[in-house]
Amino acid sequence: MTTRFPRIGLTRRQLGQAAVAAGALTAFGKAPVFAQGAALKIGVLLPRSGHLAQAGQACQRGADIAPAVLGDLGYKVEILSADTESSPDVARSRTEKLINDGANVIVGAFDSGQTAAAAQVCEQRGIPLVMNIAAADGLTEQGYKTVFRNFPTSTMLVTNGLALMKDLFKATGATPKSAVFLHANDTFGMANKKALDALFPKLDMPFQIVDSIAYDPKAQDLSIEVTKAKATGADLAIVTTRAADAIMMVKEMVKQRWEPMGIVSPGSPGLYDEQTYKALGKYVDFAITNLPWYDPKAELTQRVAAAFKKQYPNDRFEGYAFNVAFTLEAILVAADAFKRAGSAASEPMLQALRQTNLKDKMMVGPAITFDAKGQNVNLASACVQNRNQRPTVVLPKESAEMDPVFPMPGWAKRT
Amino acid sequence: MTLALLLNIVASGLLTGLVYGLAALGLSVIFGVVRVVNFAHGEMMVAGMYGAVLLFGALGLDPILSAPLVAAVLFVFGWALQRGLVNKFVERPEHMQFILLLGIATIVLNLLLMVFGPDSRGVMVPYVFDVFEIGPFHQDATRTYAGLGAIAVAAVLFAFFRFSRTGKAIRACADNPLGARVVGLNIDGLYALTFGIGAAVVGIAGALLTLVVEARPQLAPEYTLLSFIIVIVGGLGSLPGALLGGVLIGVSEALAGFLLMPSLKALFSYVVLIVVLLLRPQGLLGRRS
Repeated sequence: MTTRFPRIGLTRRQLGQAAVAAGALTAFGKAPVFAQGAALKIGVLLPRSGHLAQAGQACQRGADIAPAVLGDLGYKVEILSADTESSPDVARSRTEKLINDGANVIVGAFDSGQTAAAAQVCEQRGIPLVMNIAAADGLTEQGYKTVFRNFPTSTMLVTNGLALMKDLFKATGATPKSAVFLHANDTFGMANKKALDALFPKLDMPFQIVDSIAYDPKAQDLSIEVTKAKATGADLAIVTTRAADAIMMVKEMVKQRWEPMGIVSPGSPGLYDEQTYKALGKYVDFAITNLPWYDPKAELTQRVAAAFKKQYPNDRFEGYAFNVAFTLEAILVAADAFKRAGSAASEPMLQALRQTNLKDKMMVGPAITFDAKGQNVNLASACVQNRNQRPTVVLPKESAEMDPVFPMPGWAKRT
Repeated sequence: MTLALLLNIVASGLLTGLVYGLAALGLSVIFGVVRVVNFAHGEMMVAGMYGAVLLFGALGLDPILSAPLVAAVLFVFGWALQRGLVNKFVERPEHMQFILLLGIATIVLNLLLMVFGPDSRGVMVPYVFDVFEIGPFHQDATRTYAGLGAIAVAAVLFAFFRFSRTGKAIRACADNPLGARVVGLNIDGLYALTFGIGAAVVGIAGALLTLVVEARPQLAPEYTLLSFIIVIVGGLGSLPGALLGGVLIGVSEALAGFLLMPSLKALFSYVVLIVVLLLRPQGLLGRRS
């Protein structure tokens, strides 16, 4: 004979079975994924502390404004944030934790080394990884089925960057004869060095690279590096930096009275960061970065710029736009796939991500799509020159806000 | 490569090394007397850097002038830390002291990150881009002032320990704590004073360093490690040793960076450390225990 619970209509046996099922689900299973009405849980993995904290925090702003901006567009996302502490080992463990905490997709992780660590975990767990910023070619060359990158590879960055350098020389009628390459010896810096070494002979550049100088990304002083670069007598400084080393490098150039024809980055951050403008003022003007840039006229850019202004009224959007834009676009890519998939489960999400064709976005260039390796191969670069301490598009001509200035004026001639 | 270029690089390394040495002096003072290893050393130094940055932003005070104010604040912090917390651990096993100081380091680091954020902040003193040029020899003004400031502070510190009654009493505590207690010295008070002096020296080093390096919270663990290397190279507890260790590391990093490869600079500090540990384990000016 069974005892019945009259008010809810459950037998003691049924109640016991339900309890066991709930316990088993809690202990071993994942929460079921429902698309309708539910938000996509996105684990955002960024170096918010450690030596890459400045860039990680800038990217985090993109993640922080994403739920509101994307909510207005009909996407429901919930952000779970994790700090990699600028370490690949921590990135690996935080990725595990984000997935265990219920993240359906991982977005991150700004740095190639940390992204590589996260990619291994995502591949093992079958969870999609949408990279916001990470350039090392190898990330989409491992045969992984779960990685998607809406960011140029080092090869793309350097190819586009060098092509734009030629356009710059043509537009200004000034061509350097020699260049020195200064770069950090981390994954990103070395990937750029490798790409430059491989591509330079093929691109028929009008100058020679006389020396490559690698430095520790955590270096507190670049006086020796700049002394060494100056001693080469090179006309042009090609740099792969982040904000802290860009500041130290330009400061040393001024102190050592080294006035190359220009400082050009083939696609690294640092020279156009808000922090760099604040620290160097007029001395960082005329430095050039060739990289993918946001379209100021795009509707999404305007929405994001307004949301940024609302949340960070004391900061200029331009100084954070690159990091914010790529992070927000990565979240948008995941949200869009979720909407089309109708489920946050791994397989439908991966399938939907492969079929991405996103036209409404922030960065210039055609719609976001991914090739079989998960790489968006359609990303274009622009020549962005610092003018009046503001990143300004100077090439290609059809997108230019001002004409390029090259060679750059000497340090003493700046006002 | 010309001789002038080489001299410039050695001078640059020497001046940077003097500031490194000053920073390590604070660590050496505290360890030499209290026998507690301050794992929050780098964090205190970065706090000193931010103090100088704040005073520059609010009052336009040059870091050389604000260094005494920063030192005063850090003295109080160090004194209170020793009195309120560290003193309870002086007699406890070393691993407990390590955990305590590591905990304090973590708290200070994260407080700095929360308050100031991850962006670097510098001081734009009027002479930030000035250079002293004598013929082919040139050296930037900020590094020169920071190096000279380090020499001045080190000289005051040496004079204090050598000639003042309090300095002698502190040395007595370091040499023989029991004997010092027997003759009536207030050991706890002197320990707190020493911790305060060590923290103040670190604060001055931090303030001077803002002339050369932008303040960022993430510098803290780097400077803790660097100061440890310098103190071990110079000799644990030896004040001249800390200064010598700083200069040695500064010059060797500069030369290695130029003659070998810049990315080997940090590695070279460890090479110097290993060589010293192999040939003279007590450090260059340390005493064999």
